[in-house]
Amino acid sequence: MEAIIEVKNLTKKFGDFVAVQDVSFSVEEGGIFAFLGPNGAGKSTTIKMITTLLRPTSGTIIINGHDPAINPDFVRTSFGIVFQDPSLDDDLTALENLHLHGILYGVPKDMLKRRIDEMLTLVELTDRRHDFVRDFSGGMKRRLEIARGLLHHPKIIFLDEPTLGLDPQTRNHLWSYVQKLNADEGITVFFTTHYMEEAERVAKKIAIIDHGVIIAQGSNDELKKQTSTTTLEEAFLKLTGSDIRHEAGNALELSRAHQRMWQGTNRR
Amino acid sequence: MHMNAVYVMWLREMKRFIRSRSRIVGALGQPLLFLIAFGYGFGPVFAKAGQGNYLEFIAPGIIGMSIIFTAIFNGMQVIWDRQFGFLKETMVAPVSRLSIMFGRTLGGATVASIEGMLVLIIAVIVGFRPSSWAGIVPAILVMLLIALLFSALGIMAASRLKDMQGFQIIMNFLVIPLFFLSGALFPLNTVPSALLFVARLDPLSYGVDALRYFLIGVATFPIALDIGVLVGITALFLAVGSYFFSRMEV
Repeated sequence: MEAIIEVKNLTKKFGDFVAVQDVSFSVEEGGIFAFLGPNGAGKSTTIKMITTLLRPTSGTIIINGHDPAINPDFVRTSFGIVFQDPSLDDDLTALENLHLHGILYGVPKDMLKRRIDEMLTLVELTDRRHDFVRDFSGGMKRRLEIARGLLHHPKIIFLDEPTLGLDPQTRNHLWSYVQKLNADEGITVFFTTHYMEEAERVAKKIAIIDHGVIIAQGSNDELKKQTSTTTLEEAFLKLTGSDIRHEAGNALELSRAHQRMWQGTNRR
Repeated sequence: MHMNAVYVMWLREMKRFIRSRSRIVGALGQPLLFLIAFGYGFGPVFAKAGQGNYLEFIAPGIIGMSIIFTAIFNGMQVIWDRQFGFLKETMVAPVSRLSIMFGRTLGGATVASIEGMLVLIIAVIVGFRPSSWAGIVPAILVMLLIALLFSALGIMAASRLKDMQGFQIIMNFLVIPLFFLSGALFPLNTVPSALLFVARLDPLSYGVDALRYFLIGVATFPIALDIGVLVGITALFLAVGSYFFSRMEV
């Protein structure tokens, strides 16, 4: 199988702080790839670079045959993304959020309506489509974001901690869709999670990142064998240690925290 | 430029505007207060100084005020969208950020011009009479131009700010001085030369001046200069704003 995501020697620095260092991995087309790591390990920063939201300090990324730095618009049509934190417009209805997305992604008008209906059925939000997103629960918002991420028939779907704060029912349901989509439509899935059993169950390939560096990658069985453990959780803890990590809110926050630390300014 | 993206971002601004009735009404309260308190309060003093009817004089200035406040506020919505996450959705969309920025600017400008027109109607209700009704049409075009200029400025500022704390700074150190120094409240032809110099650097001065030209037939600067400055600064702000916006990392 061809690699649809190819990352080589990717590095991102915020000032003097190295968030991601010399990271390389590849994801083959149609694969399900889990990107694991403790808080602040560099997962979200890596995803942001792959999805054109951050510019890498150095290294190369090829998504679906194109470099996001050179051909961002092509790369952007190739993937759908569900961000770690919500990215819906609360003041619009579910339908309007999907419609806006469809227009931005250039989904043809006649196809758009059908596709929106299809996606709403998939995430079981058809009867709530005219409601404002601000009235949705966390789980409903998540489902709507998944519907939106898939609306334009992407080849890759990025799921950044998609099950955070969801109840077991919704989580199960979500992973069933994702596996079904992967099997039926051949969508490549790239996800992060803190629930090791999810990665164990769903992922075909796993990479573990810590302190900005990839410390292990392979299949679930390979990782367990490599660390002589019986579950992925044990393997993960063995590889990353059991210290509790501190994490700033996001990359911006991190760079600002860093600036404060080094320059001694206290702007807030 | 992706016209569909421009359209859909504009549409979003319009939907949000129409749905926030409390904001529309709230934004009209202040101009109404200014028109009544200043227009009638300072009216006699202004007339005694031989400058004519103060309400007629400040109505275009108050229209300018409501436009600059609404437009910058709308442009700064980018910070909210960053905070609440929606910005990311538009930033990963496969359309140029220029179209996103342009759609937002047009939407914000439309909203601000509508506010300007509503203030004009309120001014007429409290006693303002334009010198010629034919001047209304070009006055509305000027409103749109002022609104575009300050929407672009709002987005430009918001692209460089990380959080809501910055919003207060922009309001206190940019918007309020721009309004007070623009000649919206006093005639520029009789002020000390230092103040006139500052006012000449303020794009709103030209906007208010052009509004006065079309609404009450009085102006400090030549109308061609007013329009030229407004068009030029709008183009500059749009260019710089879209550059900042396209460089934004979320």
